[in-house]
Amino acid sequence: MSSPNSAYPDTPEAQDKPKRQEWPLWEVFIRGQHGMSHRHVGSLHAADEEMAIKNARDVYTRRNEGVSIWVVEARHIAASSPSDKGPLYEPSESKVYRHPTFFDIPDEVGAM
Amino acid sequence: MAAVDQAHLFTFLCRMGDNTLVLGHRVSEWCGHAPVLEEDIALANTALDLIGQTQMWLGLAAKVEGKDRTADDLAMLRDVWDFRNVLLVEQPNGDFGQTIMRQFLFDAWHLAMLTALTKSTNADVAAIAAKSVKEVQYHVERAGDTVIGLGDGTTESHQRMQKALDLLWPYVGEMFVPDPVDDAMAAAGIAPDLTDLRGDYDALVASVLAQATLKTPEGSFAHKGGKSGFQHSEHLGHLLTQMQWLQRAYPGASW
Repeated sequence: MSSPNSAYPDTPEAQDKPKRQEWPLWEVFIRGQHGMSHRHVGSLHAADEEMAIKNARDVYTRRNEGVSIWVVEARHIAASSPSDKGPLYEPSESKVYRHPTFFDIPDEVGAM
Repeated sequence: MAAVDQAHLFTFLCRMGDNTLVLGHRVSEWCGHAPVLEEDIALANTALDLIGQTQMWLGLAAKVEGKDRTADDLAMLRDVWDFRNVLLVEQPNGDFGQTIMRQFLFDAWHLAMLTALTKSTNADVAAIAAKSVKEVQYHVERAGDTVIGLGDGTTESHQRMQKALDLLWPYVGEMFVPDPVDDAMAAAGIAPDLTDLRGDYDALVASVLAQATLKTPEGSFAHKGGKSGFQHSEHLGHLLTQMQWLQRAYPGASW
């Protein structure tokens, strides 16, 4: 027996209910008042990209954080695998000469 | 231009403020109950926008009245018969679709009204309208998109949206029927002639409802009695018992 449709007793409950589908996940990037780059601030669910931008506006810019919003569906982001951490990042640990800390900065240059 | 009757101006300002107060409270009832987290936050934002606008409208109303009342006094210490909101905004939330339909039908009027009020001859009114209109542009866009999404959605969501539209449509007319207060505002250039707003409203609503595959109900019957205070629906009294409870039980309580 289907449960009564409480909001609309007169509207029959659909017999073959579609399986509840979650909206896709979107990653949200906001450019703040004083920054050139968009920074990842979090994620949310939305049915399409326009709704994702509106939701991002409501969820992540309530306190005047942003001047621009990017959203991208999470499945479109290619990410490095955590298990590759060793081969990917550890080789650079021993290469301190890649940091520009071995130069004497002439005084005339001033603060950098 | 003749000086405007201050009692009429007070009534007009109460109408603007009571619309946003009552609808703001209604929308806030969703807080923690919306179908998804994102909608919950969006609805709370909308409610807060409306309550913020209420502070400005009722604050100005209290100043115009000149009886040492504050915006809080007007919001929390008047009874049903002194409220001047249209009947549409006091209607119950129903399901999410009904809430969104009510929001869209009001937002579309609100946007047209505020846009016109930015050119008001009363500088205070124009300033409040200029601040509010940016918020309401977003409200109408969001509500309209959701009406389209649900109307042109599944069989069930479509049915529910059509039902909500059929239920709420008879409350649209009241927003456009001028009475002596509206005539006085229009004559003084404080507010537009309400009948002038109908064309843009109908065009916007028709376009959204068409995209939503919803059918505008026939007939022009309009419930009346909200903005005149003559006959609010029973729902407003119930709303006030919740909204005003704290000030009634603990008079003068403050943060």
